[in-house]
Amino acid sequence: MQAQEKPVQHLIEIRDIGKDYQVGANTVSAIRHMHFHVDDGEFISIMGQSGSGKSTLLAVLGGLNHPSRGQVLVDSLDVYGLSSEQRADFRSEYIGIIFQSFQLIPYLTALENIKLPMAITGISAKEQDGLARSVLEKVGLGAKAPRLPDQLSGGEQERVAIARAIVNRPPILLADEPTGSLDSETAEGVMGLLRRLNQEGLTIIMVTHNPDACRHADRTILVRDGLCLAQ
Amino acid sequence: MKLYHISYSNLKRRKGKVIFLVLGLVLGIATIVTLLSITESMTRDIEERLDRFGANIVMVPKSENLALSYGGITVGGVNYAVQEFKEQDLKGIREIENRENLGAVAPKVLGAAQVMGRQVLLMGVDFAVELPLKTWWHLGGAAPAASGDLVVGAEAAAALHLAVGDTLPLGPRTFTVTAILQHTGGAEDGMIIGDFHAVQEVLGKKGVVSLVEIAAFCRDCPISELVLQIAEKFPNAKVTALRQAVMAKMQSIELFKTFSYGVAGLVIFIGSLLVFVTMMGAVNERTREIGIFRAIGFRRGHVMQIILLEAIVVGFVGGFLGFAAGNLIAWSILPVVIPGGTFAGVNLPFGGLAVLLSISLSLLASLYPARKGSSLDPSEALRAL
Repeated sequence: MQAQEKPVQHLIEIRDIGKDYQVGANTVSAIRHMHFHVDDGEFISIMGQSGSGKSTLLAVLGGLNHPSRGQVLVDSLDVYGLSSEQRADFRSEYIGIIFQSFQLIPYLTALENIKLPMAITGISAKEQDGLARSVLEKVGLGAKAPRLPDQLSGGEQERVAIARAIVNRPPILLADEPTGSLDSETAEGVMGLLRRLNQEGLTIIMVTHNPDACRHADRTILVRDGLCLAQ
Repeated sequence: MKLYHISYSNLKRRKGKVIFLVLGLVLGIATIVTLLSITESMTRDIEERLDRFGANIVMVPKSENLALSYGGITVGGVNYAVQEFKEQDLKGIREIENRENLGAVAPKVLGAAQVMGRQVLLMGVDFAVELPLKTWWHLGGAAPAASGDLVVGAEAAAALHLAVGDTLPLGPRTFTVTAILQHTGGAEDGMIIGDFHAVQEVLGKKGVVSLVEIAAFCRDCPISELVLQIAEKFPNAKVTALRQAVMAKMQSIELFKTFSYGVAGLVIFIGSLLVFVTMMGAVNERTREIGIFRAIGFRRGHVMQIILLEAIVVGFVGGFLGFAAGNLIAWSILPVVIPGGTFAGVNLPFGGLAVLLSISLSLLASLYPARKGSSLDPSEALRAL
């Protein structure tokens, strides 16, 4: 009897997605057609010019922006087949997001910003504190726990944003231009940190327009005008 | 970290806006508390005055005769001899259901007597009960202490040329005038008033009572119910509550109360509008923040909880401070509004209601902004990033 070949299961599958926006009477396609997959533990960079659709793609991947067509499967789960509230739970469980310009909550300290995703998880206060502090140590900011975001440098804010994104131990980390507003030395440090996290098993998808940042990725997907040009 | 930490931290950061929100509620609640506290004090004041005023129920024998007097002119005599009460029956008054609301019971015996060749109305009263009731009686002389002492009305004294210390033979006894009653403008001016039992003896009405004045403590007491209960005990009596004077004053208070509720309602509406507009602005300002919350996995309910928790805190603080401020204002302006009036006191159950009202208003005004904020599409909210 011949053994049946098991289909390869990818962590993320992007199946023929497209995203259109209505601008007045015109329809603008931010994503015309994209189809690719990401395996568990990969470090992918999505590179393209401004307006190429890379940030829209990241939002679609993160369950934040409903595609006009196609499917996004994460761990075989049809993300856009879920209700809005189920998608919120999906984001809490599967996705860590690093936003462009950090997007820390200005009235919460570095430690509190890191604890933020745990506020809805039911983890005890003591455990939250331990987890947040260990992640803060990991990103090298143990001493800056009580500082407010405006008391931190750009690089430090970026590290706090990374710590917030990984504190719930999501399997996937989405990073939108993580080095976009940093000087080259700080950017290099942040990229090193992402690389280390990837080596620890975290799947990372990073959107960037910086070819230097792509060096750290296992694979780069080039996008232009809403299309994948090369992988 | 819990959701309330986020609410609390946000309130701490937006101190200016929070103070503005709290002030809006304080203004509304303080206005209500002040107005209602003043109304309460006014009601209390008038009721106390009424209690001090004396008798508010009069029991007289039923008569088939129609009144033959108008404007102080009486046509024909009044027959007090008809169906008068027996003194021993009066204890029935103290046996009614609402007897704890009864104060003084002042029986009187009335009759005409010949004094120095003139017909004079003689009234027998129990001075120990009567004098505290008739606070408007001003005696020129000493209050009667013995059964042979008399008080003479101002007009009667003038007509009969009587003065304090004079003696007056009435029937089988001789009485001494111990005081002249100053002008009251009432029927007492033309009367001679003596001890109840002594006058009964003079008039030959031993054990007979002509009318009874009853003082009921009328704050919260059902005066009409008292009248009915007494009337049931005395089928031959006509029992009347002296409410007319009270009613007019109470109607003024009711009008003021209605006005107070109107003003309070308006202020509350403006306060709520203020909270609504400020909350709406705050939610719009927080679009970016809400986008981050949603992106990291917060459900709509979580976002609503954060906003509504803030509303509860603002409502609680506003209600508490508003209640305190309202009482303070009422206490300080009361002497101006009601000369001689006293502050009704801090009504703690009402304080609880005020705080609840404030929280409800704050929640109600924040409900739409909270719904709007929580319903923000994460992708829409993130465009602000």
